[in-house]
Amino acid sequence: MAREIGDAGAAKSSTTTTKKQHKKRKGKESKTRTVHSNILYDHAKGEDNPNRHYANNKIKTTKYTLLSFIPKNLFEQFHRFANVYFVFIALLNFVPVVNAFQPELALAPVVFILSVTAIKDLWEDYRRHRSDKEINHMDCLVYSRSERRYVEQYWKEIRVGDFIRLRCNEILPADVLLLSSSDPDRLCHIETATLDGETNLKQRQVVRSFIDLDTEFDPLKYNSVIECEKPNNDLNRFRGYITHRNGRRDGLYKDNLLLRGCTIRNTEEAVGIVIYAGHETKAMLNNNGPRYKRSKLERQMNVDVFWCVIILLVMCLFSAIGHGLWMYQYGDKRPVFDVLSPEGTDLSPVVSAIYLFLTMIIVFQVLIPISLFVSIEIVKICQVFFIHQDMELYDEETDSHLQCRALNITEDLGQMQYIFSDKTGTLTENKMVFRRCTVAGVEYSHDANARRIAMYQEMDSEEEECLSHGGTLPRRESLCSQHSGKVVLRSQSTKSHRRTGSRAEAKRASILSKHTAFSSPMEKDVTPDPQLLDKVNDCGSQMEFMRFHSQLLNQIPPDLCDVFDFFIALTICNTVVVSSPNQPRQKVRRFELKSPVKTIEDFIKRFTPSRLTSGSNSSSSSSLATNRSSSQRVCSSMLSSPSAESTLTKLDEERLPAQCLQQAFSPVPPNYDQDKASAPAECELRYEAESPDEAALVYAARAYKCSLVGRLPDQVTVELPHLGKLTFELLHTLGFDSTRKRMSVVVRHPLTEQITVYTKGADSVIMDLIRPPTRDDSKGKRQRKVLYKTQNYLNLYAADGLRTLCIAKKVLSKEEYAGWLRRHLEAEAAIQGREELLFESALRLETDLHLLGATGIEDRLQDGVPETIAALRRAGLQIWVLTGDKQETAINIAYACKLLDPEEEIITLNADSQEACAVLLDESLHYIQAKFFCSSSADPHAARAFQQDYTAVHFPAPPACSPASSGAASTFLVHRLGLVIDGRTLAYALDKSLEDKFLAVARSCRSVLCCRSTPLQKSMVVKLVRNKLKVMTLAIGDGANDVSMIQVADVGVGISGQEGMQAVMASDFALPRFQYLQKLLLVHGHWCYSRLANMILYFFYKNAMFVALIFWYQFYCGFSGSAMIDQWYLIFFNLMFSAFPQLITGTLDKDVSAETLQELPQLYMSGQNSEEYKPYMFWMNMIDAFYQSLVCFFIPYFAYADSDVDLFTWGTPITTLALFTILLHLGIETKTWTWMNWASIAFSIALFFTVALCYNSSCPTCYSPSNPYWTIQRLLGDPLFYLLCIVTPIAALLPRYFYRICQGSLFPSPMLVGRQLDKLPLEIRRHYLNQSKMKLGSVGAVHPPRPQLFPFCRPFFKDCSSRIRHTHSSSSTTTKQKDKAGQSNPVHSKSMEMKDTPVRSKNPENPTARARKGSGSRAGKQGSGSPCSETVDSRGQTTGSDGLTESHTLPYPKDSPHAGEISHPAGPDASLSPEQSSPERSWLTSTPLLPQTESVQLISPPSGGPPGVTYTKNQEVLDCSNQSLLLQKGGVDPAHLPDCPKEHSPPPSRVNHL
Amino acid sequence: MMASSYTAKEEDGHHSGSAAAGGPGSSKSKKPDNTAFKQQRLPAWQPILTAGTVLPAFFVIGLIFIPIGIGLFVTSNNIREFEIDYTGVDTNSPCNRCSQTYSWNISCTCSVPFSLEQPFESNVFMYYGLSNFYQNHRRYVKSRDDSQLNGDKSSLTNPSKECEPYRISEKKPIAPCGAIANSLFNDTLELYYIYPNGSRTLIPLVKKGIAWWTDKHVKFRNPPGNNDNLTITFQDTTKPVNWHKPVYELDPNDPDNNGFINEDFIVWMRTAALPTFRKLYRIIQKNKDNMTPTLPRGNYSLEIAYNYPVRSFDGRKRMILSTISWMGGKNPFLGIAYITVGSVCFFLGVVLLIIHHKYGNRNNNADIPN
Repeated sequence: MAREIGDAGAAKSSTTTTKKQHKKRKGKESKTRTVHSNILYDHAKGEDNPNRHYANNKIKTTKYTLLSFIPKNLFEQFHRFANVYFVFIALLNFVPVVNAFQPELALAPVVFILSVTAIKDLWEDYRRHRSDKEINHMDCLVYSRSERRYVEQYWKEIRVGDFIRLRCNEILPADVLLLSSSDPDRLCHIETATLDGETNLKQRQVVRSFIDLDTEFDPLKYNSVIECEKPNNDLNRFRGYITHRNGRRDGLYKDNLLLRGCTIRNTEEAVGIVIYAGHETKAMLNNNGPRYKRSKLERQMNVDVFWCVIILLVMCLFSAIGHGLWMYQYGDKRPVFDVLSPEGTDLSPVVSAIYLFLTMIIVFQVLIPISLFVSIEIVKICQVFFIHQDMELYDEETDSHLQCRALNITEDLGQMQYIFSDKTGTLTENKMVFRRCTVAGVEYSHDANARRIAMYQEMDSEEEECLSHGGTLPRRESLCSQHSGKVVLRSQSTKSHRRTGSRAEAKRASILSKHTAFSSPMEKDVTPDPQLLDKVNDCGSQMEFMRFHSQLLNQIPPDLCDVFDFFIALTICNTVVVSSPNQPRQKVRRFELKSPVKTIEDFIKRFTPSRLTSGSNSSSSSSLATNRSSSQRVCSSMLSSPSAESTLTKLDEERLPAQCLQQAFSPVPPNYDQDKASAPAECELRYEAESPDEAALVYAARAYKCSLVGRLPDQVTVELPHLGKLTFELLHTLGFDSTRKRMSVVVRHPLTEQITVYTKGADSVIMDLIRPPTRDDSKGKRQRKVLYKTQNYLNLYAADGLRTLCIAKKVLSKEEYAGWLRRHLEAEAAIQGREELLFESALRLETDLHLLGATGIEDRLQDGVPETIAALRRAGLQIWVLTGDKQETAINIAYACKLLDPEEEIITLNADSQEACAVLLDESLHYIQAKFFCSSSADPHAARAFQQDYTAVHFPAPPACSPASSGAASTFLVHRLGLVIDGRTLAYALDKSLEDKFLAVARSCRSVLCCRSTPLQKSMVVKLVRNKLKVMTLAIGDGANDVSMIQVADVGVGISGQEGMQAVMASDFALPRFQYLQKLLLVHGHWCYSRLANMILYFFYKNAMFVALIFWYQFYCGFSGSAMIDQWYLIFFNLMFSAFPQLITGTLDKDVSAETLQELPQLYMSGQNSEEYKPYMFWMNMIDAFYQSLVCFFIPYFAYADSDVDLFTWGTPITTLALFTILLHLGIETKTWTWMNWASIAFSIALFFTVALCYNSSCPTCYSPSNPYWTIQRLLGDPLFYLLCIVTPIAALLPRYFYRICQGSLFPSPMLVGRQLDKLPLEIRRHYLNQSKMKLGSVGAVHPPRPQLFPFCRPFFKDCSSRIRHTHSSSSTTTKQKDKAGQSNPVHSKSMEMKDTPVRSKNPENPTARARKGSGSRAGKQGSGSPCSETVDSRGQTTGSDGLTESHTLPYPKDSPHAGEISHPAGPDASLSPEQSSPERSWLTSTPLLPQTESVQLISPPSGGPPGVTYTKNQEVLDCSNQSLLLQKGGVDPAHLPDCPKEHSPPPSRVNHL
Repeated sequence: MMASSYTAKEEDGHHSGSAAAGGPGSSKSKKPDNTAFKQQRLPAWQPILTAGTVLPAFFVIGLIFIPIGIGLFVTSNNIREFEIDYTGVDTNSPCNRCSQTYSWNISCTCSVPFSLEQPFESNVFMYYGLSNFYQNHRRYVKSRDDSQLNGDKSSLTNPSKECEPYRISEKKPIAPCGAIANSLFNDTLELYYIYPNGSRTLIPLVKKGIAWWTDKHVKFRNPPGNNDNLTITFQDTTKPVNWHKPVYELDPNDPDNNGFINEDFIVWMRTAALPTFRKLYRIIQKNKDNMTPTLPRGNYSLEIAYNYPVRSFDGRKRMILSTISWMGGKNPFLGIAYITVGSVCFFLGVVLLIIHHKYGNRNNNADIPN
């Protein structure tokens, strides 16, 4: 078609048009980039080349050049205010009137700090330079105009417009538009791992105009012009078009672009033209440096630095005034010691005072710790190093450890208050395991599969012992042998399993091979359900039979037909790439390319001759093949053609040579399996999928022998049982997107030649798109039944925590297709708004679907997730899960991972409108207030009682029941409540008007679950919580959809897991697994926080103490700014003498051991409450510093009073004393003394004396003015010096020491308790921890700020647990029945929630549901008598007990009960029509919530319905009045809510039982 | 899994197990080394500050400090010290007349009689003391040129800028320059013992050996040249403004004590730390026979050549006679400090003992459930 391009070189006429276009384009030059071929322009005359303005491919990531280094680096360093400040002070020293020190010396610390940073920068820059050089000098083949061939050039010489040839496994040097590929399909496979971390291969396609090129691409003949976007950093977007000489234009998409940094794979050779080079490539544009965040601690610190400045100014002012007064007292009589200014002028007291003020700033500069910033950086680097090195954060399976990507917020990890977690891939493994499916309304439970997975888990736990996996083999084989129709495959699967052994090994193997990105054996091996397998085999054999015997397909029952289609859909409706790594790509170059339909003409050409269109007329009536007759017709139509084979032959006669037919449709040889067995390598196909779901489905289909054997852009080859290989012509792939939540493929069915759309997607969307059965005949009934049952199963799957997908298909008539295609092609060709148009196009196609079935895929929880969540929660962290999953799935995963507690009440918010949402929120608030009002009255007492317990964690004073609507950041009560909110409601709730209320509700709940939320909503939630509640937030996620959330949160954590690297790239920390979060936060976070907090406080103390010494001296030197401490000591004291011990302590100190921190997560709360560094602590430290300096000053003062001591002989002991005091102070604050602490302290002291000795003996005349020659030597011979050095530090540190002791003995902090625990011998500690777990565990299980709630609230929960109200119980009798059932077997007491989702509104049973709802509310009103009486009874029993018995804490019955239930309807009597479904069966239709859940369902009716909001809640709250409340919208009257019954507050003595 | 069920026992097993496993594999994998340092498991001493644990320390400190303090106090008390203020502020004072002058150049003599109640044994150090004299003033301290004092020829003729405004006088460089030198204490004190019979005898005062050895021999040097004739050496310089005589006439009789290496000058140049200070003036060496005290009890007379004006800054001048001990001059403070700190420690120890008895048991019970 576009073959003209090849010989377009001759067509000179088109040049004019190009020129015209070129001119036109100049106008919008700013928006696009035009790329010409460089070949057209002489290299020598570069100025003609239109590409000359574009960046070349030389990269330079260095920041500096040799010349610019010093100015530029200094400039950058002076961005930090502190540096400017210190330089200013140093420069002040050059002004003679005010100078305090030798100016050169004063510069020393600043220069030192600046040069350390500069050297670090230089080194980094040098490394960048070296790697740049290496990269720039890599080789690449570039077409040379003069030599007319490809010559080797350096990467840096490549220019935009060059043609480059790439060979397999080469790395792309620039962003290249693919023009030619040696691949027969004109594809080029690239690996993008370096860009996005995704290990699967991506296909890139030659630009459409060049696809059909027969001969090899000749750059000389190329003279098209490419117009594309300006360089941008969006990896997933590229738009533009190529204009050929003849004026033809073709669109360019991201599929045509090869990105720099990717590696060519599986393609021998590719040629392309460079579009973006060097720094303009997408890879380089994406390459932005490390993130800079400021931690909370640093913010807090900066406040105190500010205070230090104020203290400094006050001290300076004081001194200045003092000096003025001192001068003033002498009047005109100038004393001899008051030296005139150098100019000889007499200074007035005022002027002197002003000068002195500046001098004092210099002298006291140490108060603003210059080394603090450097020290913090050093400590943080060390902390990051240790976090990196932690073995427990190392994942052996993936050979990855934790990465700290943001170096400066480690301590924030210790202060987290809210965790926002993604679900999939974060809490779960994102390893999709096919668990169940339902086809045509029949459920296949895959019990064997479930058992197999259970076995994996089992094996996992004992994999170490199980050296020989042979032991497990027989078991599995016995499982499988029952359906050993094909033993071969089975043995293969076992073999593959045996080879890989454990899951861990398999994962590692898969990562090593890099090809099977998502396929652990657990996912690969699916044990087929015997029933379904039979059906598939049945179906296959029937089809085979029919094909060979030209029989009518109507012999195949419709459900078999559905089964068949179901598996076809599973197999082909995806983007899975098949590869067999052992063999080279074996592709036959076809003479004719059957590319996907690109034009209407193409379509018409290809489809008109086919007679099959007549056959598919039957379905052109747009009736779906949903009922028996229509599907029969489809089948018959299939057979109405002579035979599938002949059809194909006919079709192919026109274009295909016979051999292609062979490939496309090869009959299955009878000994096929044996063949396969003989060549096992061949069938070791690997599937590379974009998402693990897809792979799981393909593997599942493979288990049923429907295996995908090949995928090309235009065709999919499937191997089916009995039928052999079938090739589907792939017409379109409408990819998955998160808005549509589905994907579709349009294929031409090889058997029926119908154009078929297979759609796979989230059940919520698919169910809406299902064509409702119109007719009332048997077909319609069956269809309805299938729909109805499928919905039931979907609900059950969701309840089971499975991910559900619906599979549907649609048969298109030729006309329909043509109509759609026309618009689709328009959309594809569009440049503006192409995505939107394609989206709309997809929407047009995916309608009126025929439901085939649904699948349930299990996404297993990651190891240790429940434990981690429990521990984090005990640590006082609020955990919110924000997921895109559906509500039921999310809730069940939440239960499984202990996020929701079965004993918790759950508030579910589902609203259809803003108003409804507002009402719901209001009512929830009232409910919460009403319910928990009582407990707050007894609070202070309880808190006191609680705090007297020494194990008590210090909690902030519990506030009274403050009006929840006030958005103030007061501490909120957190109740044992769970909040579930769906995406739509969330959108309303996040509205400005409602966000406060939403927060008020959400913060009162212990756990919050947001389902169906979009990435934007996720980030909005995080932002809202962060900004409004002023809390520290951590967001953790693994996928691209979490990126925004990760970026918004204070700390973003990425799981470096299955879904690529986008989350990791955006994150501050990257974890291999969720469970590592526990150690990261509880241990490292805590350590980092406490270390840094203590270090900062110590720094402030140290500097204040040191500076105060000089301040006191001002009183004795006429406030003249004199210092008794030698300027060297003064300047290097911080920088050298006292620097190392604090660095060591700041890096290594462990207040509590890692084990204790993990076992007592409550200790984490100290970080949350900033207990290590509170504002008052700064002041306490300052006061202590001033006291200590007083002691250190006045003891030497009195000891040397009225003696012949000279200035520096007196100052040196003070310096020494101060050093000792400061080091000993650090010693008091140091919790663990390793040899490094000792060494550092010894080193500090040794360093001081060494420096002092050297300094004091080096030069008798230098170092004016102190001139300390031989001072320290003399002092060392003076006993007084030693006597001072002993008594002063002790006197100075006594108060702090004594305070610490009292703290340790009288009111130990939880930290201290932890430390005491550490000291205990192992057994005792363990014993104690076990005890305390019960003791503290109960505390932690409740919410941290309100542990005392527990005893009060427990009875509530107990009472409530067995009495669940159902919002839509059809009659009071049902309620009673259910109550009974609920009491006898809690499993059945599921609360049922009927959401009026659009799905259901289409359901035929919807009217009934609504009716039931109405009656249900009535039932709520009337029928509460009986349950209430029960409650009274049960309360009578329970209030007496201490509320801690475990009788009601039933574990979530994960599998077994459901399995039983599911098999039940799957039985023969399951064919209940919807009309038949009795109320007893209504649980099938509902979403089963968890058995023990006491749930408050706040459900608003659909927006069209009556405005009433049914607010049905558990009667417990109201049982004092024995009435149920039906609150009407707008009529919410808090007065109706009963005050909390006083009798509920237990006697105070109850408090103590904790 | 490992993290959740992490216990100390497992850690032990972990140690050996993974060390073995991690050995060969560590080269390939990114697995962190299992070293005590990297895993932050360095053996450590973890002191816990509770009453029980630190009790002994307090008592030990108390028990050590109190005796030391007593010793120091006694030592200090054994030091004889006599001090006499001769500023002459009092109108009755013999030096009142002299003190009226504010000028540096008017010489005036006065004599202050005093009596020693107790004999001074051993060497007696004679100090002059000044009060309210801020020798530690920032600009004052800086106002010197160490190179000049060290005998540097170029600095002699071109003193450092630090000496301003006492750098050049009458277009000649000042030697020694600077404010410190300029304000050299220039009173001359002589001590006479007055025998009971009324006759008096001059007590020999040794004027050498009062400065630091290093100062005299290293820091301070006369400019090179003829050591015997400093006049020539200093010929291009002028005397400081307040001085009566040039630097080479400070002690014309003893070339080893003249010029910059004059010990009175050296002592003065060592600026005092506090505004009230004393400086060693002379040493009264103990009698050779060791039989009679250096200064027997009796009446003495202090003859003062009163030159140094202190009235302008409300200063006081004192003459101090003192013996010294191993710990220097008389100062009871350190002894008191030791006794106080020791007592406080002891007291706190008692308090802690009480605390320990009252509350410590509870803690222990809570700690160890057994």
